Amino acid sequence: MFEQFLEQVPLFFSYHNLVFIAQATGRTLAMTFIGCSVGFFFGFCIAVLRQSTAPLLQIFRWLAIAYVEIFRRIPFLVILFIVLFVIEPLMPGTSLFGIATVSVCLLSTAFLSEVIRSGLESVPPQQVEGAKSLNFNALQTLVMVIMPQAWKVILPPAAAFVVMFIKDTSLASQLGVIELTFAGKMLVNRGFSPVLGFGVVLICYFALSYPLSRFAAYLETRLASS
Amino acid sequence: MDYTFQFTEVFKELPYLLGGAAISLQIAFITFWLGALIGIFGALAKVYGTDINKNIASSYVTLFTNTPALVQIFLLYYALPDIGLLLSPMTAVLIGLTLNAGAYLTEILRAGVISVRRSEMEAADALGMSRLQIVRYVMLPHIAKTIYGPLSNFFIWLVLGSSLAALFGVEELTGRAINISSANLRSIETFTIVAVIYVILTVVASTALAVIGRLAFRVKAKVF
Repeated sequence: MFEQFLEQVPLFFSYHNLVFIAQATGRTLAMTFIGCSVGFFFGFCIAVLRQSTAPLLQIFRWLAIAYVEIFRRIPFLVILFIVLFVIEPLMPGTSLFGIATVSVCLLSTAFLSEVIRSGLESVPPQQVEGAKSLNFNALQTLVMVIMPQAWKVILPPAAAFVVMFIKDTSLASQLGVIELTFAGKMLVNRGFSPVLGFGVVLICYFALSYPLSRFAAYLETRLASS
Repeated sequence: MDYTFQFTEVFKELPYLLGGAAISLQIAFITFWLGALIGIFGALAKVYGTDINKNIASSYVTLFTNTPALVQIFLLYYALPDIGLLLSPMTAVLIGLTLNAGAYLTEILRAGVISVRRSEMEAADALGMSRLQIVRYVMLPHIAKTIYGPLSNFFIWLVLGSSLAALFGVEELTGRAINISSANLRSIETFTIVAVIYVILTVVASTALAVIGRLAFRVKAKVF
């Protein structure tokens, strides 16, 4: 078995295979990056909405809470299937990549909004009251008083969640998006040894996640001390 | 867009789906306790171990927390037959998720091990407490307070994570949903119902865990 493994190594690391794996890695990264950026934006909106106190917005606050609580309690695989079966008839011809990215957005919005909310809540209420007495409006309070203090609490767990989303995109292989896991499956189906195919995929995932989780750990120690 | 929702087709299969939910819970339960067993050794090795033990434990944690569980199980399921070890889908999923859970639980339990301070143990000793009393009144409250919340969150995460067993043909909740939807072709309805079951399942589980935490360890665990 080991000889076979060694025989396959030069074949496996041919130019075209490497390009194929690189493209797949790119797709994994793109899904995560788009998903997290959109998720961070909407998560921020939801977190700010949940902090607001205007009685007019009460119904939206309930909707936001329901969204966050529901999407944090559904497995990513089930979200993928629901998004697939809803988008497919509504917008025929949407690429599978698009469907998977929308699912990542839905998931990351829910998780990141909780992270951002705990960051916003970490700012002592006296600061907000002080800003109010200095006649800051809501936007000024958010940008000039709350955010400079909150981002220290938000960033470390947010970076850790990005690592989680990188790993979650592996489930999109089940739809047929040609990302890293699917690339590994295709290479194994072409006759390469599973140790080689999935091993290389694992190494690629590790190369993506490890720097990020080190960065998260670094941020945690760095920002906690300041 | 004309689409008539027909939930009755799915409601007929509700007992079948709930059976799947029980299997999901079983997977989460088994992997949680086996993972906790690995986690205890990992945490002790990381805190009190020699340098070699520390290195082994932390490289295990880094390797398993930075790669997707799905690919780990693929590797187990498709590579082990090469050395003559043929795993059933269920065993492969259980082994993979256990190893994965062990890595996360090592980190969670490490926080608990650190939270016990030697000076407090010595103070308890000076007050003439027996070993059992020290564990019950000095060590356990600290450990429970630090790790109960993360542990119950992680259990919920495992219930959701067990859904990837469906990709290997294990008939748990998601797997049964795939079976049903390919038979009745009511995919949206089926997966919506399954999502609702998952939400109810995890809400019930975290409420139960919060109540147990409050009664047994006086921990204020949050449900939402």
